[in-house]
Amino acid sequence: MIYDVEYETMPREALEAIQLRRLKATLERAYATVPFYRASFSAAGLAPRDIQCLGDLKTLPFTTKQDLRDNYPFGMFAVPMDTVVRIHASSGTTGQPTVVGYTARDVNTWATLMARSLVAGGATANDIIHNAYGYGLFTGGLGVHYGAEKLGASVIPVSGGNTKRQIVIMRDFKPTIITATPSYTLHLAEVAEEMGVSFRKLSFKYGIFGAEPWSENMRQEIERKLNITAVDIYGLSEVIGPGVAIECHEAKKGLHIFEDHFIAEIIDPATGEVLPYGQTGELVFTSLTKEAFPVIRYRTRDITSLNPEPCICGRTHVRMNRVSGRSDDMLIIRGVNVFPSQIESVLMETAEVAPHYQLVVDREENLDTLTVRVEVGEKLFSDEVRHLQDLERKISKNIKEMLGVSAKVTLVEPHSIQRSEGKAVRVIDKRQI
Amino acid sequence: MRVEQISIFLENKAGRLAEVTGILSRARVNIRALALADTSDFGVLRLIVDDHQKAESALKAGGFTVSKTRVVAVEVSDRPGGLHHILELLDRSGINVEYMYAFVQQSGDNAVMIFRFDQTDAAIQALQADGLRVIDGDRLYTM
Repeated sequence: MIYDVEYETMPREALEAIQLRRLKATLERAYATVPFYRASFSAAGLAPRDIQCLGDLKTLPFTTKQDLRDNYPFGMFAVPMDTVVRIHASSGTTGQPTVVGYTARDVNTWATLMARSLVAGGATANDIIHNAYGYGLFTGGLGVHYGAEKLGASVIPVSGGNTKRQIVIMRDFKPTIITATPSYTLHLAEVAEEMGVSFRKLSFKYGIFGAEPWSENMRQEIERKLNITAVDIYGLSEVIGPGVAIECHEAKKGLHIFEDHFIAEIIDPATGEVLPYGQTGELVFTSLTKEAFPVIRYRTRDITSLNPEPCICGRTHVRMNRVSGRSDDMLIIRGVNVFPSQIESVLMETAEVAPHYQLVVDREENLDTLTVRVEVGEKLFSDEVRHLQDLERKISKNIKEMLGVSAKVTLVEPHSIQRSEGKAVRVIDKRQI
Repeated sequence: MRVEQISIFLENKAGRLAEVTGILSRARVNIRALALADTSDFGVLRLIVDDHQKAESALKAGGFTVSKTRVVAVEVSDRPGGLHHILELLDRSGINVEYMYAFVQQSGDNAVMIFRFDQTDAAIQALQADGLRVIDGDRLYTM
């Protein structure tokens, strides 16, 4: 099913005409009302009238997370506060929080995009939605909530935490859709099991998961444990919140970006150059309809690629592949760009499992060295030293072949790689530069 | 004729071996034989114990990577040429020894060696056809 057939299946030519018209209006308004954009355009010797076609967008400067921080809290708002009806903020775990605002029209746009997303993920007006995304400054909970109400579904605003009560609600209220982070969903499944509640036998049919990176393996595990179809949702508060892109449950192969509201670009994170469809790089967004908080060429730091191929669901909007990493994780080792996610892929292919790993970068006599520490779990373990040494050599050889960097591979005991809030610390850079 | 050996992955770090023996001691598991194969970074500790199930679950609970391997315990006559006779026999049968180590206890007047073969069943057959004694796990664990 498609919520907004006209816009979601619009022929590319008509879509691009709308994008250009909306882009021009956004640039005019941002330039006129946000001092930061006026200054950044001027520094590049540009004014909104210089942007005459979509291809001209790439001449404009980028906006970064640091720019938003520098304008904390409301400096990037393009409307006076009396027309702002909502404020959200990022958690700020990696620095000062970034603050975003919405006008009434923005809230409505967001709700529409979330209604589209829920429908793409399998929801209808007849569904009961168990919304376990956190409510609050984080956009996840309220984003899903407004979309669910817009769609006309019944939403249970259960938010995060209080896991045992959630299981009881799931058993008694019989929700048919779950929206949550993938890791919390797996936690729910574990707790349900401990309580003797069979997750497979609950009423769920579809699940919409996001707000953190997850893998195809995790999707399969969730689908098996919950007996549902699981799709990926993407968004970030700076762009609007969840509902920037959604996977359709028909194909489950990449997330449609709502291009009538956002222009997506993929750039080389090192040079800033725009990359063609299919190539992997950093995702950059320009908002086309937002009033309170327009963003122009905002660097998400998320690494992915775009796929323009037609989709079986009928949507014409380009698809982004699963986010494979963050560009701020990018390491430059002897001049070669290396993302931890690329090492992860090599490990997956070589060992056929996803082991915990850690990259240690150091500098010896002015030369960068890369050590990949790999935890030896049961699947990798062999009783014979020779096989383990072969595994080390094979991983090292494949890293060299696929990424072009030499790496020393060291096998380590399980749990010897430090975890931070449950997440493994992927990179240790000891270089003193 | 099964003998279960447990193998443990160990990093070459001070105190790791003591960690393993500590866990086994607290689980009241008795070590009957052991061998350590190591490289500069890591090692594999191989153990024959009196209760391999208990040992395995205690070590896993302690966060170690543990696997079980089927090995063969063979009586070796305790005189010059005793081991040589066995190795020659296996060589003739086209069976490779992946590794081997000695069991602490004697079986009567004979020594006991633990072998890991590339073809376990064929090895047992060849040894028995030659009149050599292969010791079953249940006897070995409590010998």
